[in-house]
Amino acid sequence: MSKIHVTTKINGDPVEYLCEPDETLLDVLRDQLGLTGSKEGCGTGDCGACTVTLDGRLVCSCLVLGAEAEGAEVGTIEGMAEAEALHPLQQKFIEHAALQCGICTPGILVAAKSLLERNPDPTEEETRYWLAGNLCRCTGYDKIIRAVMDAAADMRKAS
Amino acid sequence: MRYLAPTTLEDAVQMLAEDPGECRVLAGGTDLLVRMRAGMTEPDSILDIKRIDALREITAEDGGWRIGAAVSGAVMNEHEGLCADWPGVVEAANLIGSTQIQGRCTLAGNLCNASPAADSVPAMVAAGAVARIAGPNGTRDVPVEDVPLAPGKTCLEQGEFVASIFLPRRGPRGGDAYLRFTPRTEMDIAVVGCAVSLTLDADGICTAARVSLGAVAPTVILVPQAAATLEGTRLDEPALNALARTCSEAASPIADKRGTVEFRTHVAGVLARRAAKIAHERAGG
Ligand SMILES: Cc1cc2nc3c(=O)[nH]c(=O)nc-3n(C[C@H](O)[C@H](O)[C@H](O)COP(=O)(O)OP(=O)(O)OC[C@H]3O[C@@H](n4cnc5c(N)ncnc54)[C@H](O)[C@@H]3O)c2cc1C
Ligand code: FES
Ligand code: FES
Repeated sequence: MSKIHVTTKINGDPVEYLCEPDETLLDVLRDQLGLTGSKEGCGTGDCGACTVTLDGRLVCSCLVLGAEAEGAEVGTIEGMAEAEALHPLQQKFIEHAALQCGICTPGILVAAKSLLERNPDPTEEETRYWLAGNLCRCTGYDKIIRAVMDAAADMRKAS
Repeated sequence: MRYLAPTTLEDAVQMLAEDPGECRVLAGGTDLLVRMRAGMTEPDSILDIKRIDALREITAEDGGWRIGAAVSGAVMNEHEGLCADWPGVVEAANLIGSTQIQGRCTLAGNLCNASPAADSVPAMVAAGAVARIAGPNGTRDVPVEDVPLAPGKTCLEQGEFVASIFLPRRGPRGGDAYLRFTPRTEMDIAVVGCAVSLTLDADGICTAARVSLGAVAPTVILVPQAAATLEGTRLDEPALNALARTCSEAASPIADKRGTVEFRTHVAGVLARRAAKIAHERAGG
């Protein structure tokens, strides 16, 4: 099997890698590029732990081939904080204790950030629907939703 | 396995025709990659159609809309003209999976996966959608209801694939709707689905209707006898009762952990009545 050469951008930086034709973007990120923030919960698109953005759209990276990232822009959790400064969503997740084991957290943060970019003032219902593809076995979701709503309110004030 | 990524329709047709082994078309991958990972399919090659610009577009045509086979649910949802004309089709497509799945899934992939429970398919059938199929012998247009033949099986011949889906002109006083029953409101597979599309005349009489059911037969079905119960009426109570009865009669579901035969049969009628009311309201009735 010959490997495929891929040129892409990850969190704004140009990146090149070689991947197998059937290798997922999630495996490339984690195993080749050392970007282990994206998690594999299910590998079947159900849990959202592997959530990244591909050309600005939320996707499950377990259901994207590494080869498909050619010429695209990928956004992962590693691109969320600016140097040492946490993103407001990250800060609020800590304040609200919106995580326990943390496996779901990177995917939820990436998904929540994408929601607030599109809709800075979502209702709780909109937020719950938007995040329906992100499963959490620990928190019961309430703290997650509160953290997102609170971050949204702060970000609206700041802008 | 080989990964092929043509940038023109002509190249795609040629690659698919010349591929010596099993070649699978990759649109959003939300079915295909799941199946591959589960070992349920092991293609020799994968043909990614997303780099073909023409397949990534929604274009106005003859008063209707042509939706390229690589257009995702999320893109459809952001298209104002499409949402205004065919809200039922768009809402059905948007029921597929989560926000993440929406970023990838396509109408054509939903159709070609040929699941009897595919959410967008009843809505397309009710809308009178037509699939444009490209292949080594040129292109042909096939009504969406004729594409699935059995669970997982379509009418596509060797070397053929769906290039686009055409939704016809909506016209004045028309409306469509799709409803499904699922135990969970998001991320679940339809136990029953029903789509209704109808047109009213200036006096509010229904002049044309199409009714389609999902998950109650081996394929999504068009139910002309159900449409007939609405035509010529104002969708009053007797008409809606007849619609519900006819849809229940047309259902021949299986029983599984998701629902019994009796439940599915009953719900087919309930959903038809509710979908018809929404379509009627959207048509201005
Ligand atoms: C978590 C999750 C939730 C889901 N929820 C739902 C749901 O609620 N409702 C629902 O209906 N489905 C659901 N699905 C299934 C799936 O998302 C849909 O069927 C989707 O529309 C498939 O589109 P796709 O573009 O991703 O198809 P792909 O996976 O790319 O392709 C599906 C099949 O069709 C073939 N194919 C694709 N495009 C073409 C083409 N243009 N011409 C010929 N063959 C083609 C492929 O070879 C493959 O066999 C879900 C899937 C996941 C992973
Ligand atoms: S690992 Fe991708 S959705 Fe669960
Ligand atoms: S914190 Fe453990 S899965 Fe969400």
